[in-house]
Amino acid sequence: MVIKMKKSMNKNTKNNFITYGMVIIVFAIVQLLLATGHVSSLMGGLLVPLCTYVILAVSLNLTVGILGELSLGHAGFMCVGAFSSAFFSMVTKNTLPGGLRFFLALLIGAAAAGLFGILIGIPVLRLNGDYLAIVTLAFGEIIKNLVNVFFIGKDENGYHFSMKDAISLDMTVDGETIINGPQGITGTPNDSTFLIGVVLILITLVVVLNLIHSRDGRAIMAIRDNRIAAESIGINITKYKMMAFAISASLAGVAGVLYAHNLSTLTALPKNFGYNMSIMILVFVVLGGIGNIRGSIISAVVLTLLPELLRGLSDYRMLIYAVVLITMMLFNWSPKAIEWRERVLPKNLFGGKTKEV
Amino acid sequence: MTEKNKIMLEVKNLSISFGGLRAVDEFSISIRKGQLYGLIGPNGAGKTTVFNLLTGVYKPNEGSVVLDGTEVTGKKTIEINHAGIARTFQNIRLFKELTVLDNVKAGLHNQFHYSTIEGILRLPRYFKVERAMDEKAMELLKVFDLDREAEYQAQNLPYGKQRKLEIARALATNPKLLLLDEPAAGMNPNETQELMDTIRFVRDNFDMTILLIEHDMKLVSGICEELTVLNFGRILAQGNTSDVLNNPQVITAYLGE
Repeated sequence: MVIKMKKSMNKNTKNNFITYGMVIIVFAIVQLLLATGHVSSLMGGLLVPLCTYVILAVSLNLTVGILGELSLGHAGFMCVGAFSSAFFSMVTKNTLPGGLRFFLALLIGAAAAGLFGILIGIPVLRLNGDYLAIVTLAFGEIIKNLVNVFFIGKDENGYHFSMKDAISLDMTVDGETIINGPQGITGTPNDSTFLIGVVLILITLVVVLNLIHSRDGRAIMAIRDNRIAAESIGINITKYKMMAFAISASLAGVAGVLYAHNLSTLTALPKNFGYNMSIMILVFVVLGGIGNIRGSIISAVVLTLLPELLRGLSDYRMLIYAVVLITMMLFNWSPKAIEWRERVLPKNLFGGKTKEV
Repeated sequence: MTEKNKIMLEVKNLSISFGGLRAVDEFSISIRKGQLYGLIGPNGAGKTTVFNLLTGVYKPNEGSVVLDGTEVTGKKTIEINHAGIARTFQNIRLFKELTVLDNVKAGLHNQFHYSTIEGILRLPRYFKVERAMDEKAMELLKVFDLDREAEYQAQNLPYGKQRKLEIARALATNPKLLLLDEPAAGMNPNETQELMDTIRFVRDNFDMTILLIEHDMKLVSGICEELTVLNFGRILAQGNTSDVLNNPQVITAYLGE
């Protein structure tokens, strides 16, 4: 009996380490390719965004797969993380050393996004149903538009704030505009590297996977599976829903920090922080398998690289992309495919059971 | 009052209306510690509504519920569970995608503690507490003969075992009073017999007070010491099992004129 229990514990731990190992091996291979010059500059430039998407997919899977609530505004949390941290980095650009500054920026981005997660969660997570999807959808759009009317500048008299235009900041001649409305933040220090991205992926994975296999994670999944039963055994529903959602939001904030510090100009466009982005992250999660963390990583990587790899096929590019989407969906969800997969492929490769990671 | 005759649950004049319908009307019951008490009645009599009132799913319009000397009337479900009432459901409500073991460990949630940080960083206390939880959960599963299925997903268990797992999960919350809502529903005679033994075992070994709703008269007459019969939300009869079952009014309510 005791042996059996040990085995179950080890199975989870082993599964987690396979996931970490996968990330590290891919990282090593990419580093090798980079060193031997086999990566085009286009692909090279895609590495940090790729890490961003992986973190986003994993963090959204915490909300969708583990908590069982739909969030359609994950890009909004990323946006909060990106702008709050970029603002901090701009302000402290000349006063703090690079490493410390980026570390603090990460904390600030995560905290700001987490705070917004809590603010949204307080009213919405008390309700049952699809309200979270509706509210987060609106939140994502509002944040994006709000950022576009923010003007913050700094001169020797201190900070100036306006929601009209840069001139209304009313600064002295040598004043510097930090957030310039639709033009966003220009000149954020480029602190993000592929290495930092991979480290952040690993941290995200440790947080999410260890959370899932802990007392709190069990409570969260219990709520997902049956709210009424969870309540009847004394689990505090609101607390654990809030916990999962806030962690998910702050991890999306971390992704935003990584994203912001990879660009010289950070602007809030529909392309990067809009509805389409939120849906794309959701596509990663659904195709990777809802609740399957490892699947989220794989599908984020494949679906980000695919359009670039297929660039040579020009017109047929999006056609093949669509075919791959459908194939992945069938592979993941069709009962026949699952049966085949369990028979032919080694058990651990795709996380085994769909929803238990 | 001696330990044996201590009142575990004292319900007085509990009532609730849904719109114009008085679903439960002046329900009173008094259950002694260690008693096996049955709540029976035709379909729609309000039995499950009584359970929902006792566990805080509904707030009563009138009346009081006192558990082991503590007033729990109108409290929230979680608070009532913390006070010591655990229940199972008529339509099984397991955490179906969790393993059998994790279902019980979820029930142990408030018995074992470590912080979120300790869980995420896997500090020594995480391993210590998780091991203790595993042992306790396996102990419970063993009682219900589910230990060999510990690693199965709960939804893959056969029906009878799912019912047992629900009881195990409720017991894991360390209650004073266990409410079973039709535990034998959908079971064959052999399974029912086995369930009766299990319920008795739970009462004797966990020092439990049990209130159960049941339609299976064999089970009711076999294990319940006292009965309350509900009909149209009102108490029709109350008392010793054999007396109640021979009460002509009860027979009429069940079989018609």
